[in-house]
Amino acid sequence: MDEKRHTSAEYERELQEIKDGLLYLGALTEKALENGTVALLERDSELARRIICDDDQIDRLDVELEEKCIRLLALRQPAARDLRFITTAIKITGHLERIGDMASTIAEKVIVLNDLPQIKAYIDLPRMAQIAQGMIRKSLDAMVREDVPLAHQVREEDTVIDQLNDQVFRELLTFMMEDPHKIQVSLYIMQISKSLERIADHAEGIADMVIYMITGRSVRHQPTCAENA
Amino acid sequence: MVTVDKEMIIRTKNVDFFYGAFRALTDVTLDFEKNRVTALIGPSGCGKSTLLRLLNRMNDLIDGTRVEGEILFEGQNIYAPEVDPVEIRQRIGMVFQKPNPFPKSIYNNITFAPKLAGVRNNGELDTLVEESLKQAVLWDEVKDILGKSAMNLSGGQQQRLCIARALAMKPDVLLMDEPTSALDPISTAKIEELIDSLKKRYTIIIVTHNMQQAARVSEYTGFFYLGKLIEFNATEKIFTNPDIKQTEDYITGRFG
Repeated sequence: MDEKRHTSAEYERELQEIKDGLLYLGALTEKALENGTVALLERDSELARRIICDDDQIDRLDVELEEKCIRLLALRQPAARDLRFITTAIKITGHLERIGDMASTIAEKVIVLNDLPQIKAYIDLPRMAQIAQGMIRKSLDAMVREDVPLAHQVREEDTVIDQLNDQVFRELLTFMMEDPHKIQVSLYIMQISKSLERIADHAEGIADMVIYMITGRSVRHQPTCAENA
Repeated sequence: MVTVDKEMIIRTKNVDFFYGAFRALTDVTLDFEKNRVTALIGPSGCGKSTLLRLLNRMNDLIDGTRVEGEILFEGQNIYAPEVDPVEIRQRIGMVFQKPNPFPKSIYNNITFAPKLAGVRNNGELDTLVEESLKQAVLWDEVKDILGKSAMNLSGGQQQRLCIARALAMKPDVLLMDEPTSALDPISTAKIEELIDSLKKRYTIIIVTHNMQQAARVSEYTGFFYLGKLIEFNATEKIFTNPDIKQTEDYITGRFG
């Protein structure tokens, strides 16, 4: 929302408040993800429990932000870029809330894993978490700076996460085939990997919405089947 | 900009308009599609009402005005010397900001112009009154009080009567200049509903300051600023993703 300001300073302030709220929510989810990695690597179940507790704040902010957006839709009848921003914000806050839920899911699995013997060094999972955190941050930066190329970069990074997830899957499959005692731990690790993959999908979803917000064109749901292209 | 090969009922070509030395419109080229609602929006003094009044030669009544360029109605330039402005105004009717019924009965409000135009047969006039009032969705409310003065009707009813009065001349186009600005929200909603039903038979061009109204009732919207047409596009496009920055600044309230 650069350049010209609204005739109504109050409206301008309300729009800014929503933007700030999204950034804050984004920061909270990034932190949850980061703590999840630390809790896994340092086998810190106390930290993992805190992630689950802190998710309540993410949920509350999600509801508050959505209410603010609905209020603006009702009272200001926004149009054009404001309309695209507010409708986008409603979807972004939903994505962030889901990311928070995924971080809680990861924390739950970490708590269980921490009570079981470690079967391998965690290398790919922290890498995935780091990329996913970067995707969340970049997608929101793209929103603030109205930066379409940055949003496209986020979409491309999702592919890297997908590949890492496949790699983790193949590796764990080998572990499980070798030694049935490793199945339980492997399944928990796989669930963490899957959650990270889902988080990246949500970050990609945010980037998609940001592209729509800036250009007015939807890039979501490119056909996967050649015959539908 | 919209490029279409649809049937255009009115086309303006490079229209300039002057009130004395003041240039109120500059190079306006705009096509109005038949049986569609087109809204003209823009800040006060942008020329939207001036253009509307040009379309049925209402500005002829103001001294010292001058039109350049062409305004074609079904292919004919309405400013050509051989054209009778009265006939133009019969085919392109107008509804104004404030309801302005004649201080006569409801019935006579409708029959006034047709009688002047030579309709004498009582049966024919009765039919015209009923048809016009039905089209303006006022018949059920007034059918038992047709002899009563139009001045006793509510503001919203009076405005629908004015619409019925315009329809009685069987026009092709209805020009509406802020038709609901003097009405309460319920009467406004009724007029908007009426506009929607009328577009099956008529082409409607509406000037409005209420942007939500333009969004609700029209298929096409033209945004004017300082006498120029800045953007003309499908209404949905204008209100979700306009092509021109100036349009966006105006409809989102970033102005001045």
